[in-house]
Amino acid sequence: MTLRPDLAIIAGAVPTGTRVLDVGCGDGTLIAALRDAGVDARGLEIDPANVTAAIARGQSVVQGDANRDLADYPDDAFAYAILSQTLQTTERPDRIIDELLRIAPRAFVSFPNFAHWRVRLALLWNGRMPVTRLLPVAWYETPNIHHVTVSDFRDLVGGKGIKVEQAWYLSGDKPTSDAAASWRAEHAIFLISR
Amino acid sequence: MASLLHEIQHQSVTIGAPLPLDSGQTLPSVTIAYQSYGTLDAARSNAVLVCHALTGDQYVASEHPATGKPGWWARMVGPGKPVDTDRYFVICANVLGSCMGTSGPATPDPATGTPLGMKFPVITIADMVRAQAMLLDHLGIDRLHAVIGGSMGGMQALAWTAACPERLASAIVIASAARHSAQNIAFHEVGRQAIMADPDWQDGDYYDKFCAPAKGLAVARMAAHITYLSEAGLTEKFGRRLQARDIKSFGFDADFQVESYLRHQGLAFTDRFDANAYLYITRAMDYFDLAEPHDGQLAGAFARAKDVRFTLVSFDTDWLYPTSESRRIVQALQSVGAAASFVELSAPFGHDSFLLDVPALDRLVAGALKAED
Repeated sequence: MTLRPDLAIIAGAVPTGTRVLDVGCGDGTLIAALRDAGVDARGLEIDPANVTAAIARGQSVVQGDANRDLADYPDDAFAYAILSQTLQTTERPDRIIDELLRIAPRAFVSFPNFAHWRVRLALLWNGRMPVTRLLPVAWYETPNIHHVTVSDFRDLVGGKGIKVEQAWYLSGDKPTSDAAASWRAEHAIFLISR
Repeated sequence: MASLLHEIQHQSVTIGAPLPLDSGQTLPSVTIAYQSYGTLDAARSNAVLVCHALTGDQYVASEHPATGKPGWWARMVGPGKPVDTDRYFVICANVLGSCMGTSGPATPDPATGTPLGMKFPVITIADMVRAQAMLLDHLGIDRLHAVIGGSMGGMQALAWTAACPERLASAIVIASAARHSAQNIAFHEVGRQAIMADPDWQDGDYYDKFCAPAKGLAVARMAAHITYLSEAGLTEKFGRRLQARDIKSFGFDADFQVESYLRHQGLAFTDRFDANAYLYITRAMDYFDLAEPHDGQLAGAFARAKDVRFTLVSFDTDWLYPTSESRRIVQALQSVGAAASFVELSAPFGHDSFLLDVPALDRLVAGALKAED
């Protein structure tokens, strides 16, 4: 099975032998890849069907809500926290980032870039909330309640004094440059640290 | 009734070593009745201990000698089943204080030869675990691949992780709690009072008498049985339907189907359980509070269990041991960094869901057992 490109980047960047928490881990696809790479990966996931599937595969996953249940983990419980494609669904993304960097010194955060040119064009030409490959749900039923752009995220972490250790930008499945990311990136992955 | 039950011969071992109890008393020796399934591998590393619930027994996957019914978890334990006896050596022991061959109130007093009755010391869940550990020592098993249990069986599994975490790779705790709540204790007290109010109870000294407190025990079971089900489950099964009649009797016969069901459950129970054992085991559950020795901090109980892989399951319709109790355990485990899994499954059967057909539970148990670190 091939991993979603953002997950493949994260899986490739986590060092072997570390302990990580995948927040919003879905059915445990990334956890499985991390385990194959010798990483002690655990998960937090809100959907019981996903949690059941992950546990049935032998993974350590707790059913819970990232908005509240990250508080149960002690400081520095993990080497890395991972939040892939989940930031835009949380109640307070700024507080979630604080929590991620409390339970781990470093965190991977990935999200669809709402400033991608297709999104901008859709809004500009049609005057409607865009429905795209990475944001496939209509405005009234989308779980994505806090749309975010690459620039917004850079501003948020910059304002908090959080370091960006590394960033990856994907256009389709291909990398795109730092400079062009705001327009061209469909998807951004940041490795941030305290 | 009681005498028939106590005539059954069970496979058991008697261990001559003293068993110190939480109460401060000591049992000079202990008999433990157990069943095992599958084969212990050469490395002695594939043993799975299954812990039974309050009124369960060691016949987890074999026919019950008193009722002739299949084992209480026959759908979970067996060849190719989630607890796969082709892979694992599965042990299920009758708990200390019970009535299916393990030392309990029906055990003869060595001094007089008559059953101990209420002279049997009050025991705890931790005492039950100590007795199980003695059985494992006897069987030459240092370390368990897993300990697994539902309800009171889950309490034993938790007590194992607190008492001897080094002897466990994994603990699977289903529909359980780390403490008995005031409501749990209250329901048990109703049951105990029903037994002790039965004139046939005779201060627990009824074993060689003509009558045993079957009526009190049946009422205790009826009250408890309601707590094992959900309101939605009861409504779906019985509603307000009448039993074998078209109109109400305006009397106190079992007019409603639910009444007749409970009466049947209560009566059938007295054929397979001993009233004094019910008193002792419910007491053990009431005393259970894993956090108590750690100033009320549950995390303290798991401080040494970081390397045990925990899997916890609750059911959304279980109001006896609700999801909040499992979450409390999960929070404590996360705070010590233990590898914990938890999910609340949706099932209509209330607390009893852990014994019934919930396919997701089967998948979870199989996955949790196979998980490799």
